[in-house]
Amino acid sequence: MTTTPTAVGTRGAPRGAAGSRPAAPTERRRRGPTASQWAAVGFAAPLLVYLVLFYAYPLWRNVDLSLHDYTIRAFVQGNAEFVGFENYAEVFSSSTFPTALTNTVLFTVGSIVFQFAIGLALAVFFRSSFRLSGALRAMFLVPWLLPLIVSASTWAWMLNSDNGIVNSVLGAFGAEQINWLTSPDTALLSVTIANIWLGIPFNLVILYSGLQNIPGDVYEAASLDGAGAWRQFWSITFPLLRPVSLITILLGLIYTLKVVDVIWIMTTGGPGDASTTFAVWSYREAFGTGQPDFSPAAAVGNVLILVALVFGFLHLQLQRRQEDS
Amino acid sequence: MSATIRRNTRRTWWKTALGVLFTAVMLFPVYWMVNVSLTRTGDLRSDPPHWFPWEPTFEGYSAVLDQQLPALGTSLLVGLGCVVLTVVIAAPAGYALGLLHLRGGRTLNFLLLVAQMIPAVVMAMGFYAIYNKLGLLNTVGGLIVADSTIAVPFGVLLFTAFMAGIPRELLQAARVDGAGAWRSFWSVVVPLSRNSTITVSLFAFLWAWSDFIFASTLNRNGDLIPITLGIYHYIGNNTTQWNAIMATAVVASVPAAVLLVVAQRYVAAGVTAGAVKD
Repeated sequence: MTTTPTAVGTRGAPRGAAGSRPAAPTERRRRGPTASQWAAVGFAAPLLVYLVLFYAYPLWRNVDLSLHDYTIRAFVQGNAEFVGFENYAEVFSSSTFPTALTNTVLFTVGSIVFQFAIGLALAVFFRSSFRLSGALRAMFLVPWLLPLIVSASTWAWMLNSDNGIVNSVLGAFGAEQINWLTSPDTALLSVTIANIWLGIPFNLVILYSGLQNIPGDVYEAASLDGAGAWRQFWSITFPLLRPVSLITILLGLIYTLKVVDVIWIMTTGGPGDASTTFAVWSYREAFGTGQPDFSPAAAVGNVLILVALVFGFLHLQLQRRQEDS
Repeated sequence: MSATIRRNTRRTWWKTALGVLFTAVMLFPVYWMVNVSLTRTGDLRSDPPHWFPWEPTFEGYSAVLDQQLPALGTSLLVGLGCVVLTVVIAAPAGYALGLLHLRGGRTLNFLLLVAQMIPAVVMAMGFYAIYNKLGLLNTVGGLIVADSTIAVPFGVLLFTAFMAGIPRELLQAARVDGAGAWRSFWSVVVPLSRNSTITVSLFAFLWAWSDFIFASTLNRNGDLIPITLGIYHYIGNNTTQWNAIMATAVVASVPAAVLLVVAQRYVAAGVTAGAVKD
């Protein structure tokens, strides 16, 4: 019962968008261009004002923070000294930088690989409909919908060294107590596991809707030719799903680079810098200690924006190529 | 006919079993949260742990009702404010981009995609600096505006995609009847966009309700803190009463659960909207 509306909902919108495209040019010629353009500007005006005030201005303030030396006093008095790229130099030469870089790469790549692999496996599994498949698939959305603080604190309690369920189960098999969140060896692993869990629903939903667009007769033809499930996956599903997979991975990258909540709530980036990524580092410098240090925090944040932008351009490029084909 | 169905059911029952197993593994943390929230304080540290709350207690929940009601109210207010702000800005913009072919629309679309990629930490710092000057720190209004930045770009893109698919004939008919751009928007486009409005509202609400970064930076000393910050303070202050923490977490998850049951198709539509274009 739950399957039908989902499928309609997911496929309706994009098809509508694509269907409108051919109609657009004739429409524009018929109408007086100036009058409707004024109307268009009028309707877009709230958004334009909004983007300037609540996106451009905060971002500009952030650049401004990173180019000055804002101490707390300077923050209140507003007379911070202009230091150019000194904050950036300080960030790059900081001892935290190599650790944060390694952690960001490990956290991001680890999360993406497993989220994607598990999400894809589940999507293929749910592709064939069976009793309850729609309802079960809906249940998989739960982790994604929960507030991050809820999931992160639940994981923190599950991974608690003395009373956590994970250690108690492992202990039943004779394993030693593992200090998941408080040992520098496992802190990053723990937050990555929690983040993988959080990301599976997103991957599942997108890859599943991608699978729906592969026509069923391709599989029928393949099975007539005697291709087994494994063969069908590698020679049909995987190649045909490539465009959707690329976009899923790219969006995953962008989302994972931004993650602060999960790590901050579970380990606050510690112990030491053991689970500090760039985003967490930025948050900690600005808001995480009693001594807010906005200037280096803003510098780290701007580096993060640059990285996100690179992936953003890639995303756009991919999307355009997909629209053309 | 019925024989085939019966045979099919028999052939797929193991898939159902496997599916139930996968779902159970996936949702174990959620079960654990509920279980811990019902466990008595004295049993929290027992070894082996209590796998099932045989003797449930509602201590945790009564603590939530005692202490977190204002926080729940604040979160509700912030969520609803965010919904209104997002829809009021995104729906007309979607009309301008999707139907009125705003010049420079491609650039604007690109900017919106980029806007979604900006980390919230970075926005939080910018907002902090601005709010600090304007005296907007620790205000509900300030938090609503900051939270809406998560949903507005998504909302515009979703409305644009949907409205671009509205049949031209409908708008032309309205124009023949003498309706201007505003009338067409209000009496043709808005009613037709009901589903998109629901999807956008759902996500705007859920994101504002779940937000931790903006709340913990822009509103950390406010009188009115949202529930996410309520949980966070709870963890900081009182590490022994995990049943109360988990009870708060369960209560904070209620909107997500309700949405999943009531509006699952809108949720699924929203997840895929930004990602898959064919």
